[in-house]
Amino acid sequence: MGTGGAKAVVETRDLRKSFGTNEILKGIDFQVLPGEVVSVIGASGSGKSTFLRCVNLLEWPSSGEILYHGRDVLERGYDINRFRTHLGMVFQQFNLFNNLNVLDNCVIGQVRALGEAKAEARERAMGYLAKVGMDPYIDAKPRQLSGGQKQRVAIARALSMEPEALLFDEPTSALDPEMVGEVLAVMGGLAESGLTMVIVTHEMAFARDVSGRVAFMDGGVIAEEGSAAQVFANPNKERTKEFLARFHAG
Amino acid sequence: MTATIMALGAQAAETRLGSPRRTAMVAAGAPGGRTFFDWIVLIVQDYGSWLLKGVGVTMFLALTGTIIGVVLGLGVGVVRTIPSDRPSARLPKRIALKVASAVLAVYVEVFRGTPMMVQAMVVYYGLGMAFQINLNVVTAGLLVVSINTGAYMAEIVRGGIESVDPGQTEAAKAVGMGHWATMRGIILPQAIRNILPATGNEFVINIKDTSVLMVIGTSELFFQGKTIDGILYQTFPVYLLVAAIYLVLTFSTTRLLRLLERHLDGPESFTLATSSTVPESILLPGGDNYGHRGR
Repeated sequence: MGTGGAKAVVETRDLRKSFGTNEILKGIDFQVLPGEVVSVIGASGSGKSTFLRCVNLLEWPSSGEILYHGRDVLERGYDINRFRTHLGMVFQQFNLFNNLNVLDNCVIGQVRALGEAKAEARERAMGYLAKVGMDPYIDAKPRQLSGGQKQRVAIARALSMEPEALLFDEPTSALDPEMVGEVLAVMGGLAESGLTMVIVTHEMAFARDVSGRVAFMDGGVIAEEGSAAQVFANPNKERTKEFLARFHAG
Repeated sequence: MTATIMALGAQAAETRLGSPRRTAMVAAGAPGGRTFFDWIVLIVQDYGSWLLKGVGVTMFLALTGTIIGVVLGLGVGVVRTIPSDRPSARLPKRIALKVASAVLAVYVEVFRGTPMMVQAMVVYYGLGMAFQINLNVVTAGLLVVSINTGAYMAEIVRGGIESVDPGQTEAAKAVGMGHWATMRGIILPQAIRNILPATGNEFVINIKDTSVLMVIGTSELFFQGKTIDGILYQTFPVYLLVAAIYLVLTFSTTRLLRLLERHLDGPESFTLATSSTVPESILLPGGDNYGHRGR
């Protein structure tokens, strides 16, 4: 903890978030180094998703710091939109732009947020759509796709921005069981390719096999953090053991 | 024949000053022994161009007024949905937003809460007498219809924007798009599709409601009918014809709008760029998909 300092892509310090009087995040210290794949696991309501949504400011933290390469993005006047282009986000509910076809979903951010030329943006988008196996579907509208296909397009959309890190907010939780595999397969490939990823997930086997580091959240704090092998095989904390017992039993 | 009728009309117009209306109608109808259908044919033949001009003015006012109103409503609706809660937003910006929002709320309440007929009188005579701004009756009518429609559309647009899934805004924010880019590229296209039926409804209402502009003498369809009736004293056939014309206008408008909606929804199917299976390459080697079957 803290040893990486400014080397971290993103780091949070004593991050807190309350909704009304209900404190969801109770001081999160967390960092992601370049090329790292970190899984955030924990029971529903432990604050995992809120934490992830705070990192790219979809939720505004109540207090604390979010450092991007050592600079606090919560400072007044910091270009938040610019910051967000460096962090891709994949949502549980996909959130593809319903009015645009598959290709334009991957183009609009590049053009409107990065100021890329349309032709280049298209080419880049095609490359990433091919990577997730969705290039045949460029003319389809989101409503014409299955859940797994939508999520693969959403991943391509995030990749098209060529971000420094990708945040995944329970990317397979809204999928039918037979579609989870295709999405995890794509994510596994990305992890192998060296992309920096933070993954909030309930897919324990996936977290164990793909991530370098695992953070276990409980009651609004990171209760335990360590290498995937250590946390899954020899958890230090009692709460972690309890939480993982169900997974190990299954 | 036309000459006779013109004479009759002139005669009728004269008698109108002195005698009760009923007598005049009988007087005008009796000599030729005309039937109801004779009158319809006569009105169409001799005053058809008057009615057509009325149709033109009515449709111009309704269409232009609705379009300007929609633009106004979009502007007001967008401003009223700007998020002002982000703590990093500067104070002057937040104050400006609050003030703008209050002013627009007053606009919406005033124009939704008063009759268009009264607004027409205030705008036409009020501007003329108080500020020596003398608009012609069509311009004044257009102004009234536009700002009136704008007030209604503002609320419809706000509802349309709020009905778009918040996930769409979040996804746009997450790729770094600002408020305006998000509105223009993502939210408004969806909101506009959502409010299209309500907008069509406003258009149809405007076709009918421009009739109140006759109080300031705008020569729309109802005013033209009233003028023809003033000449012929054939209230029933004249207004029945006017009603039929209104019905044709509103009915064909509704049909056209339905077609437009269907066009905007796009085709139900799409064509695959190439053959359509999930390539083997995206499945993990060894077929391990974490207990989940691949497709």
